[in-house]
Amino acid sequence: MADFNVSSREDGEISVVKVEGYLDAHTAPDLENEFNKMIENKRHKIVVNFSELNYISSAGLGVFMAYVETMREESGDIKFSNLKEDVYSIFDLLGFPVLYEFYKDEEEAIKKFR
Amino acid sequence: MRREIDISKSEIVISSSTDNLSLVRSFIEYHGRELELGNKEIAHISLAVDEACTNIIKHAYNYSKNGKIKINIDKKKDKLSVKLTDKGSHFDPSIIPDPNIEESQKMKKGGGLGMFLMKKIMDEVEYRAKGKGNELILIKYLA
Repeated sequence: MADFNVSSREDGEISVVKVEGYLDAHTAPDLENEFNKMIENKRHKIVVNFSELNYISSAGLGVFMAYVETMREESGDIKFSNLKEDVYSIFDLLGFPVLYEFYKDEEEAIKKFR
Repeated sequence: MRREIDISKSEIVISSSTDNLSLVRSFIEYHGRELELGNKEIAHISLAVDEACTNIIKHAYNYSKNGKIKINIDKKKDKLSVKLTDKGSHFDPSIIPDPNIEESQKMKKGGGLGMFLMKKIMDEVEYRAKGKGNELILIKYLA
């Protein structure tokens, strides 16, 4: 069984990325690939739904840091939704909530783009 | 290869591949439960050890999968210590400056967070350069 899975769907000009499982230095390249594809396809408004993500290490956090500016330069953003408490606490330890938008649910995050 | 490693022992030796990070976390979780630590404590210690291994793979072994990392877990009174030993290039994570997330984000860089997380989560982080290789000790005071 895969440790990590990333999939995405399109909702108008917004892409909703679903991350599942364990996001560490081994699996972070899968997420990078997903973001690279979105940049290639000029999709810069991204909501990442974390409802099925059980674990994140700094390698995973680093992916968001490395890509968010590209999205913002193109009038997009990476917004986060549905984080489990344990996962959110790691973002919080590093001060991410000041620099990124976090939402309780996916719909709320999607609405913010509209 | 992976199946030969017995996580119930207090010491394991893994090859320096990110493929083994989940095994490392299982090792810490197993012993954390044996020691009846809380879920949050276990989650934090396994994250710190994951970060330490990731740093060793990246910096001491420069992503070569041929290196070895020895991980030892030990509890004395109210202190839990995890010692990581490798035979890679000298790499002192404690000299890495604290990250500036806003700055890194502007530069589109994602690194430099691991050591900072380790220091935030653990009570002590000790580094020693060995003749050949490195030794890192992560200590958590148990409530």
